[in-house]
Amino acid sequence: MAAGAADKVSVLLPTYNERENLPLVVWLLVRSFETSGYSFEIIVIDDGSPDGTQEVAEQLVKIYGSDKILLRPRAKKLGLGTAYIHGMKHATGNFIVIMDADLSHHPKFIAEFIRKQKEGNFDIVSGTRYKGNGGVYGWDLKRKLISRGANFITQVLLRPGASDLTGSFRLYRKEVLQKLMEKCVSKGYVFQMEMIVRARQLGYTIGEVPISFVDRVYGESKLGGNEIVSFLKGLLTLFATT
Amino acid sequence: MTKLGQWLWGLALLGSAWAALALGPLGPRVPPPCRQVLLPLPIYLLVAFGCYSLATVGYRLATFNDCEEAAAELQEHIGAARADLRQRGLRF
Ligand SMILES: Nc1nc2c(ncn2[C@@H]2O[C@H](COP(=O)(O)OP(=O)(O)OP(=O)(O)O)[C@@H](O)[C@H]2O)c(=O)[nH]1
Ligand SMILES: [Mg+2]
Repeated sequence: MAAGAADKVSVLLPTYNERENLPLVVWLLVRSFETSGYSFEIIVIDDGSPDGTQEVAEQLVKIYGSDKILLRPRAKKLGLGTAYIHGMKHATGNFIVIMDADLSHHPKFIAEFIRKQKEGNFDIVSGTRYKGNGGVYGWDLKRKLISRGANFITQVLLRPGASDLTGSFRLYRKEVLQKLMEKCVSKGYVFQMEMIVRARQLGYTIGEVPISFVDRVYGESKLGGNEIVSFLKGLLTLFATT
Repeated sequence: MTKLGQWLWGLALLGSAWAALALGPLGPRVPPPCRQVLLPLPIYLLVAFGCYSLATVGYRLATFNDCEEAAAELQEHIGAARADLRQRGLRF
C-alpha cells in the first residue's frame, strides 16, 4: 500500500478519571501528528468519569476543533473492551491506534508504528516492552518479576508469535480490528492477549516496535485486586480453547 | 487443534516412546547402560526445563530496561504541554 496522503489514523482514547492526563496526552498526540504529517482524529471515550474528564475534553474540542477531537462518551463505566468497540464505530481512519490515556504510552511511538507497518505491510503493529530498547519505568522488582514470569508462561503455553501480549499500545488496520473485536470475548489484560492469539489464528501478520512504558504519574490505577488470578484464569481458558 | 491438545498429543507421543523403551516391550533389547539412563530421563528433563525457566526469567528480570531517560523526557514534555495549553486557554 502506498504511504502518505490516503492514510488516516484514528486514535481511540478510553478514559476513566483522567482529567489530569487527557489534555497532556492530546497535546502530545497533536504535536506528534503535526510532526509526522499524517492525518488523524482522536476519539475520546469517557465513561462518565466523576472527576470531570469530560469537561476538560470539551475544552480540548474548543481548542483543537471537533474534526480532530471527537467525544463519544457513555453514561457509566462499562469497561474497556466495549469502550474500544464503541469508539471504533465512529472511527473514519484506515488505521486505528489503541492506547491508554494515562501517559504510560507516549504518542511519539505512533510514527514508528506506522513506519513499521509500511515496512512489512503488517496487519497489526504492537508496542513491546520486552524487546530491544523497550522497557518500563517506575516498576519495583516484584512487579517486574510478575510481568516477566507471566510473560514467560504465556510464551510457553500459547506460542503467540509476539513478545508483549498484555500491552495495549498497538496499531491495527481498521478492518482487522473490527474482525478481531467480533471474535474476542475476554476482559481486562486477557483481552489484549486474546487479540494477538486470535490474530495469529486468522493469519494476520504482526510487527513489533520496542516502547518505553512509563508508569502513570497522575491518577489512580483502576485494575487492582485479583489481577493475577484473573490473568491466570484467562490464560488457561485461551490455552484450552484456542 | 487447541494448544492444550497439542501439548497432550506431544506428551503422549514422547511418553509412550519412553515407556516402550524403558519399561515395555522394547526394554530387553536396549543395552543395560542405556536403560539406566532412560529410566530417570523424564525427571531429568523436567528438572532441566525448570532450570531453564528460572534462568530465563531471572536473566530477563535482571536485564529489564529501566527507562530513566524516557521518564525524564516525559516530564519535560508534560511541562511544555501544560505551558502551551494554558496559553491556549485551557483551565486544568
Ligand atoms: N472508557 C473507559 N476507560 C477506562 C475504563 N477503565 C479504564 N479505562 C482507561 O483505560 C486506560 C487504561 O487503564 P489503566 O487504569 O491505566 O489500567 P492499567 O494501565 O492496566 O493500570 P495502571 O496504569 O497501573 O493504572 C486508561 O486510559 C483508563 O482511563 C472504563 O471502564 N471505561
Ligand atoms: Mg495504565
